[in-house]
Amino acid sequence: MSRTRHPIVSRPRQLALYVVLWIPLTLLLVYLLRAAGLTGQDTGMLLWLLSPVYALLCLLAWYPCLGTPLNRSGVIRIVATHSVAAALISGTWTIFAIFYVSGLALLQPFQGLSQMPGLYKLIFGTGVLIYLLWAASYYVIQTMESSQTAEQRVIEARMLARDAELRALKAQINPHFIFNSLHSISALTSIDPAKAREMCISLADFLRTTLGMGEKSLIPLKDEVDLIHRYLAVEKIRFGARLDMQESIEEQALGTTIPPLILQPLIENAIVHGVAHLPEGGWIRLQAQSIDQHLVIAVDNNFDPEYKSKRKSGIGLANVRERIEARYGQEGSFVASAEGDRFHVGITLPVERSAAA
Amino acid sequence: MSETKKIRAVVVDDEELARQVLRELIAAHPEIELVAECANGFEAVKAVTELKPDLLFLDIQMPKLDGFEVLELIGGDMAVIFATAYDEYALKAFDVHAVDYLLKPFGAERFEKALQRARERMGTPIPPPADLAQAARAPGDHLDRVVVRDGTKVHIIPCAKLDFVEAQDDYVALASEGHKYLKQQTIASLEAALDPKSFLRVHRSYIVNLERVSRIEPYGKDSKVAILRDDTRLPVSRAGYDRLRTVLEGKG
Repeated sequence: MSRTRHPIVSRPRQLALYVVLWIPLTLLLVYLLRAAGLTGQDTGMLLWLLSPVYALLCLLAWYPCLGTPLNRSGVIRIVATHSVAAALISGTWTIFAIFYVSGLALLQPFQGLSQMPGLYKLIFGTGVLIYLLWAASYYVIQTMESSQTAEQRVIEARMLARDAELRALKAQINPHFIFNSLHSISALTSIDPAKAREMCISLADFLRTTLGMGEKSLIPLKDEVDLIHRYLAVEKIRFGARLDMQESIEEQALGTTIPPLILQPLIENAIVHGVAHLPEGGWIRLQAQSIDQHLVIAVDNNFDPEYKSKRKSGIGLANVRERIEARYGQEGSFVASAEGDRFHVGITLPVERSAAA
Repeated sequence: MSETKKIRAVVVDDEELARQVLRELIAAHPEIELVAECANGFEAVKAVTELKPDLLFLDIQMPKLDGFEVLELIGGDMAVIFATAYDEYALKAFDVHAVDYLLKPFGAERFEKALQRARERMGTPIPPPADLAQAARAPGDHLDRVVVRDGTKVHIIPCAKLDFVEAQDDYVALASEGHKYLKQQTIASLEAALDPKSFLRVHRSYIVNLERVSRIEPYGKDSKVAILRDDTRLPVSRAGYDRLRTVLEGKG
């Protein structure tokens, strides 16, 4: 919005500066007219009106600049636009001068003005030059403003991303998951000590990996899938045969990088709101493939549509959505939908090849 | 409770390993007999109705019916000990007169304490189940489904499928999709639990789902009758008609 508003008319301080800048321009006009042989009186009579009028007309130079931004328009288009605009604006000014001078000719002391040779050519010529001067200034303003807003947007996006990241990490490790797992371990200690130990190790592996991932901004998809396996190793002990996990991940997709902890919350959501409410058990299907520079991920699961969870559902999902939006904006997408007894989450991320930290 | 009679206990938890913990802790007490283990709310309702235990260990987050719904359906004179990993239900648990609230993971020591409390409380009657349900609900929080027990069977009626409710002495008859389900609850307490945006008490004995009302017709000298989409006719009292008008006009 700020980029389309007139940078001078919309701001009183800029307007004052603009008026002040017209003083040296007027002095330049005085110099040129005097050099062309006009008397001091004639010059004054001309410029007291012509100079303010042209100051007003030159405000219009903003619009051709707005229509042909430097970075997005070809040279030919820029030259053509400004040639036409300069001719129109300076031409208007010259025509105004012609009428004004003919009016002045009715007054005794200024009759000589209209006979002055080359006066209108001079006015038109200076008009074109002054127009170009302002057009150039507008381009400078435009460039400054757009670099400023771009910088601001980058800063905003980065802050949002950091914010979402921090919140995500805080919410990431679900305390109920830990407590339930510990409870299962305590059950196993007496009936199957070896399995209890195995579950302790799986839980520790999962926690360590999750905590470590928070420090990275990008990880290979493979690492996230490994994390999911650690998570499932724990959940499978709790849910036993009730948990049926199916994976189909394209080999090529495994190497692409993603922000950490994007997929694990989706799987956890599928368990907490799906499998956990299905006494006969439930399935989760994870699919990932790379399709023209994008990583396309789908997590599907079944759930009990009759069971309306009273707990706030989808905190994990909202978190993932926020992080994707903050990081990729229009480049990424997140959809979640329920149909019948199936829940689907689809994610598209642009492929980031750099393994930047 | 006589010295010689064993305490009969039921354990309800959807996770096998969690049941294992309780089974083990109970095994250390010869005076307690574990009569049933249930993996979901339906099984729990059936087991408790048939076996009438003295003590119930109840998980909260479970498939089909949650722990509070199970309690609402079975009510009765038994000591209830919740066992869950979620601490946010503790207040609610005591509102429904639970004896204790065990946070997973728990060990023998904490279990003994809960058992002690249960022994002290056994034999003290607790309020009727429907009132328990009301106590378990936060103000402004409305039912999104009604659970009804029919012998050992459980029916779940989503509120969107509830057409109207009729008071019958100490019971309410819930009409849904052509069936009527009887539930031991007063019409006033059910009215308080339903979302007032969708349900309205049109008569001393009737609550109607506003979406089902097709028109209102005069009936007799100063009463009206509400005609539902399926042509059921429900009496509307004068006060009920005033309420109905306010709601319908308010909706524009």
